[in-house]
Amino acid sequence: MALEIGSGLTIGLILGVVIVVAAMLIWVERRLLSFWQERLGPNRVGPFGLLQVVADMIKIFTKEDWVPPFADRLSFVIAPAIIMIVILLSFAVIPFAPNIGVVDSNIGVLFVLAMASLGAYSVMLGGLSSDNKYALLGSLRAAAQMVSYEVFMGISLLGVVALSGSFNLRTIVEAQEGMWFVIPQFVGFVIFLIAGVAESHRLPFDIPEAEQEICAGYHTEYSGMKFGMFFVGEYLGLVLVSSLITVLFFGGWMGPAFLPPIIWFAAKAGVFIAFFILLRAAIPRPRYDQLMSYGWLFLLPLSLLNLLITGVVILST
Amino acid sequence: MYKLIKDTLISQVVTLWGVFMKLFTKADTVQYPDEQPYMFPRWRGRIILSRDPDGEERCVACNLCAVACPVDCIALQKAEKEDGRWYPEFFRINFSRCIMCGFCEEACPTNAIQLTPDFEMAEYIRQDMVWEKEDLLIDGTGKYHDYNFYRVAGMQIKNKDKGEALNEAPPVDVRSLLP
Amino acid sequence: MTTLFYLAGAIAILSTCAVIVQTNIVHALLYLILSLLSVAVVFYTLGAPFAAVLEAIVYAGAIMVLFLFVIMMLNMGQHTRQQERGWLTARVFIAPAIMAALLLAQLLNVMSQVDYELGLTRVGVLEVSALLFGPYVLAVELASILLLAGLVSAYHLAKK
Repeated sequence: MALEIGSGLTIGLILGVVIVVAAMLIWVERRLLSFWQERLGPNRVGPFGLLQVVADMIKIFTKEDWVPPFADRLSFVIAPAIIMIVILLSFAVIPFAPNIGVVDSNIGVLFVLAMASLGAYSVMLGGLSSDNKYALLGSLRAAAQMVSYEVFMGISLLGVVALSGSFNLRTIVEAQEGMWFVIPQFVGFVIFLIAGVAESHRLPFDIPEAEQEICAGYHTEYSGMKFGMFFVGEYLGLVLVSSLITVLFFGGWMGPAFLPPIIWFAAKAGVFIAFFILLRAAIPRPRYDQLMSYGWLFLLPLSLLNLLITGVVILST
Repeated sequence: MYKLIKDTLISQVVTLWGVFMKLFTKADTVQYPDEQPYMFPRWRGRIILSRDPDGEERCVACNLCAVACPVDCIALQKAEKEDGRWYPEFFRINFSRCIMCGFCEEACPTNAIQLTPDFEMAEYIRQDMVWEKEDLLIDGTGKYHDYNFYRVAGMQIKNKDKGEALNEAPPVDVRSLLP
Repeated sequence: MTTLFYLAGAIAILSTCAVIVQTNIVHALLYLILSLLSVAVVFYTLGAPFAAVLEAIVYAGAIMVLFLFVIMMLNMGQHTRQQERGWLTARVFIAPAIMAALLLAQLLNVMSQVDYELGLTRVGVLEVSALLFGPYVLAVELASILLLAGLVSAYHLAKK
């Protein structure tokens, strides 16, 4: 049965593979982090510890699903669902290969940005409904951080959009036939990378959930599968940002023909996932005000300048 | 501007590269239950009571270890044999309180109580952490092989009068006028 | 597409009503976000994907986040809920209901004269941009000057 864009089989496969990859990242991240810290990591359950994910899942599913009596029940329950839904919806516009994808949308880039901005609600509602001071502090930080870094994320993308002349991610990939956009848009790539880390609030920008300062931040009160959804949602966000970088700057599925396009896509995205884990292993967390001033005073002018120069170059050629 | 770039970008890239190269170094982890780590002889682990080279108990029930113990986990009762030697009637260490500080070993005048490199002492029931004398007493001399308290101390016991110990002068006869 | 349009419209109306009668302010905001998102869907079904996405990014994604941010700063609890419940009497609704009814009548009157069809043309990003930087460039510039003034005053207030 042939895979084609938007068929039921393709949608099911993408959903399944993305969620399984996100779950496997629990093991991959712990293993890679430990190698970079001269440890061994989880290696007892199954070959190389591969079944650690299964063990973790069994544990997290059988935990008590606890809603604190002082919490606002409605928002407490929907908060973890929002992040999963929003990030899984973003995968709808990602072109994985010429024949694999959910929709071929003319507003793909904007759709991803819209979903990313809705993702902020998950973190904010989670913290606000917990009625816990650490959770509230975490979600306050998350709100400011996500709203700010969304701006740089959007502006850094515009260079790519201007070069390819389309918001359609599929057209953007096809426009990189001759040259990957990372070469003309290197500054945009770096800003998008930094903003992507901040947007998926992973280390070094995991200020909303900084364990050393504010317990676990916005998910302090969460346990069981609700916490698991935040946890897997974070890894889904990691996969999404890596896929986006691949699509926007590294030519998506393009590559020498001896491997099928989907393998090229997976390989490129995998490199970026590993790079994000390396960031977590190496870089310490900045202070909150440093994060904010770095964003507004350094990244914003830089991304605007990048956009301006790109525009001048496009118009003059 | 150069300093900003150096602080925000170059130093981070250097760090990333350094951490990445750790991928090719060997892990420091010792896979403990499969691979036993080397324990140093002077490691302060499980406490034992040793015997002197003649095979008698070294402990003379002086209670110094119980006094020195900062967490009061040692309890013992003095008793006396018919030959004059003192010994503990019971000797009990509550290992759920013990902090392995080694003060008892330092306080012991007869080298009876000693700490060993064994550390695998977990139990499922807390009461099992209370060890009695028969659990603590070993058949050997522990870390000090030649030491025998009653051979060097001036204490009088059967078959050894005062002044007969090693390096001990005979007792001074205080009733004599001679020096 | 037509079913989707009516469904989204119904959700928008219902959730907007829920915003008004809700006593828990966080829940009210959630309903407002839902209403804005369904309006975005309405835009999409009418053939304006760019407007739909902007609605989601700007209103639901940025402005409502700031609302929620402010609510986090204020100490809301049981007492505010009771206060809200005290305000929500039928008498309060009379004047706004009359005004809204007048507006609705006017709207129905206007709409009955226009002959319209659903999903006639799709207005993409390019068309919107060409309009914004063509005939309406003056409005865009004026709006940007307004935003600049807001930015400067916010900076001034934050400096104090």
